[in-house]
Amino acid sequence: MPVIEVKNLSKVFGKNPKQALKRLDEGMSKDAILKETGNTVGVNRASFSVEEGEIFVIMGLSGSGKSTLVRLINRLIEPTEGHVLIDGEDLAAMDKKSLRQVRREKLSMVFQKFALFPQRTILENAEYGLEIQNVAKDVRKKKAQEALEMVGLGGYLHQKPGQLSGGMQQRVGLARALANDPEVLLMDEAFSALDPLIRKEMQDELIDLQAGMKKTILFITHDLDEALRIGDRIALMKDGSIVQIGTPEEILVNPANDYVEKFVEDVDRSKVLSAQNIMKRPETINIEKHGPRVALERMREEGLSSIFVVDSKRNLKGYVTADDASEARKKDIRDIHEILKNDIPRVEKDTAMNEIFDVIYDSPIPVAVIENDKLVGIIVRGAVIAALAGEGEVKLDA
Amino acid sequence: MLNTVLDFVPEIPIAENTKKFTDWLTDTFAFLFDPIKENLESFMEFTADNLILIPPVIVILLVAVLAFFISGKKFGLAAFSIVGLWLIYNQGFWDHLMNTFTLVLISSLLSVIIGVPVGILMSKSKTAEAIITPILDFMQTMPAFVYLIPAVAFFGIGMVPGVFASLIFATPPTVRFTNLGIRQVSKELVEASEAFGSTGSQKLFKVELPMAKATIMAGINQTVMLALSMVVIASMIGAPGLGTEVLSALQRAQVGTGFVAGVGIVILAIIIDRFTQTVNTKNK
Repeated sequence: MPVIEVKNLSKVFGKNPKQALKRLDEGMSKDAILKETGNTVGVNRASFSVEEGEIFVIMGLSGSGKSTLVRLINRLIEPTEGHVLIDGEDLAAMDKKSLRQVRREKLSMVFQKFALFPQRTILENAEYGLEIQNVAKDVRKKKAQEALEMVGLGGYLHQKPGQLSGGMQQRVGLARALANDPEVLLMDEAFSALDPLIRKEMQDELIDLQAGMKKTILFITHDLDEALRIGDRIALMKDGSIVQIGTPEEILVNPANDYVEKFVEDVDRSKVLSAQNIMKRPETINIEKHGPRVALERMREEGLSSIFVVDSKRNLKGYVTADDASEARKKDIRDIHEILKNDIPRVEKDTAMNEIFDVIYDSPIPVAVIENDKLVGIIVRGAVIAALAGEGEVKLDA
Repeated sequence: MLNTVLDFVPEIPIAENTKKFTDWLTDTFAFLFDPIKENLESFMEFTADNLILIPPVIVILLVAVLAFFISGKKFGLAAFSIVGLWLIYNQGFWDHLMNTFTLVLISSLLSVIIGVPVGILMSKSKTAEAIITPILDFMQTMPAFVYLIPAVAFFGIGMVPGVFASLIFATPPTVRFTNLGIRQVSKELVEASEAFGSTGSQKLFKVELPMAKATIMAGINQTVMLALSMVVIASMIGAPGLGTEVLSALQRAQVGTGFVAGVGIVILAIIIDRFTQTVNTKNK
C-alpha cells in the first residue's frame, strides 16, 4: 500500500470555488477561469501515490501550484475537493484533532526559508515537534540531540539560528523534522535558498541519510537538475496540473508533451543517463565453441575491428582484434586463448555517462557493460556523443 | 428655504439620551461600581502610602542602580535618575510623585491586562478587528476630558475615576500593537508551528507571542506614556499627584509652581520611558 495517495486533489482560491471546478471539468483554462470568475486555480485534479521509502519529487516553475500541492497534503491549505490518504486514512475528511495527531506523528515539513524560531536555540528548535506533544523534557532533549548529530550539528546545540549559515540553518530544519521520527517528510523547496555548492552538498547528504532511514519523502523543487539528482520518481506540474509522472530517465527520454520536452532540453544529460541507456547489444563469440576463424568471420560480417569473447554463461573472458585473428589464421592457430586480450575497459550498468567519458576516451575498443560479472552490452564512442546531443537510439529497457 | 431641508428632522436628542444611558448604567451597575471603587481606592492608597513611607534616598538609589543595569551598565540614565528625582524631592513634591507613580502604574497595568488579550482576539478574527478598530479610534480621538464626566458618575471623585479615564485613553496602543505584532509574525513560522501539530494556544504562546514581544512592548511603552499624560487631567476630578499642583498653579496663575510641577512630570516621563524602552531593545 502506498504511504501517500493523492486522489483528484484540487484547490481553487476565491469566492466560488465549486463553480470554477465545474468550468475546469468543461475544459476551460486556468487563465480563462480567472478572467471570468475571479477564482484562481491552484491545483487541478492532482493524482499520484508515493510508495514507502521513495523520494518523490514534485517539480514545476513558480506559479505551477507545487507549493500549494504540498500544503494540501498536510492541510495547511484546505483542499477544495479530493482526497489525501496517508496510510489509507483520508486527511481531507478528518476533524481537527485527528489531523493534529497525524501531523504530530506521521508528517514533518521542511521549509524553503528554514522557518526556524529565532528566539529558540538550535536544540530548542529541534525539540519543538516533541515539545508540543508534551514529551518529557529529558526524552525530547535526547531525541533532538540525536537528530542534530545525524545532520552534523551536534556541536551547535545552544546557538541561536541567526548565528548559523544558511546551509546549517536548513540542517536544523531537517533535524527538527526528523526529531519526532515521522513516516513522511514534506520538503518544500528545502534547498532552493542555498547557494549552489551548499545545495549540492545537502542533496548528497539527503541521499545518504535516506539510505539509512528509508523515510517516504515528498520533495518540492523548481530545479530540474535537483529533481533528477535526488528523485526516484518525478511529477512535473504546470498550471496546477500534473503533466507527467515518471523516473528521471523516463521524463528525459520520453517527454510526455512539448512542455516537458522544452523543460528537459537544457538538462545536462550526462548526469542523468547511465550506461544502460546508451549501450548496444554486444556481438560475441563463445570461448568454448569458437576459434579465430569464426571470430574473423563474425567481425567481417558486422564490420567490426574487435569482438568480445564470453563463456556459455556470458561471463566476459576477453576480446580479440581483427588483426590478431587474421594473423592467427595465417599461422593456422586454432586455439582462441592464444590471441585473447584482457585489458577490457568496463563499466557497470548504472554508471553515469559523465564517468564513462574517462573510460572510453583512450580506449581502442568499445567499453563493456557488466552486470554481475556478465556482459550485458557494449558502448561505442559514437553512442555517447549521440546521447549527449540528445539524439540517437537512447533506450530505457535494457 | 434651503435650511428647511436640513430642518426637516428636528434636533435628535443625543445628549439627553447619552445622559439617560449613563444614569441608567450608574444605577444599574452600582452594585459593581461601588465595590470596584472601594477596593481599588483602598488598594491604591495603600500602595501610595507605602511608597511614601520608604525613605526617598533609598528609592532614588534603587532606581539609579536599576537604571545602571537595565541600560547595559551605562551611567547616563542612572545619573539622570539621581539628579531628576533629587530635584523633585528638593522642590517638595516627593509625596505627589509617589501618588502620580501609583496612578500611572495601576492604570498601565490594567491597560496591559485588558489590552493584550483584546489585541490577540483582534489578530485572530477579522470580524473582531473590523469591530474593534473604529472603537479604538473613537477612544483615542474623543477629548480625554469627556471621559471624566462618566468616570465621576460611576466612581465619584479620587484616584479610581482617574484610572478609569486613563484606561479608556491609554489602552488603545497596547491593543493595536499586540494585533500588529501577531499579524506580522512571518507566515512560514506560523505554518511551521501548525505543520508540527500545534494547538491554537501552543501556537500563540510558543511562537506568536514571543515573536511579537518587541512590538507589543513598543505598544506598552506608548500606553504608559499616555497614562502619564492623563495625570494632570485626572487631577481635575481629585486624583492626587503632581497634576494637582499644575492644576492649582493654573487656577491661581502661579507660573513658577506650574513650571516646577510640570518639570517633575517630565522627569518622571523620561525615566519611565527609558526604562520601558531599554527593557524592549534588550530583549531583541
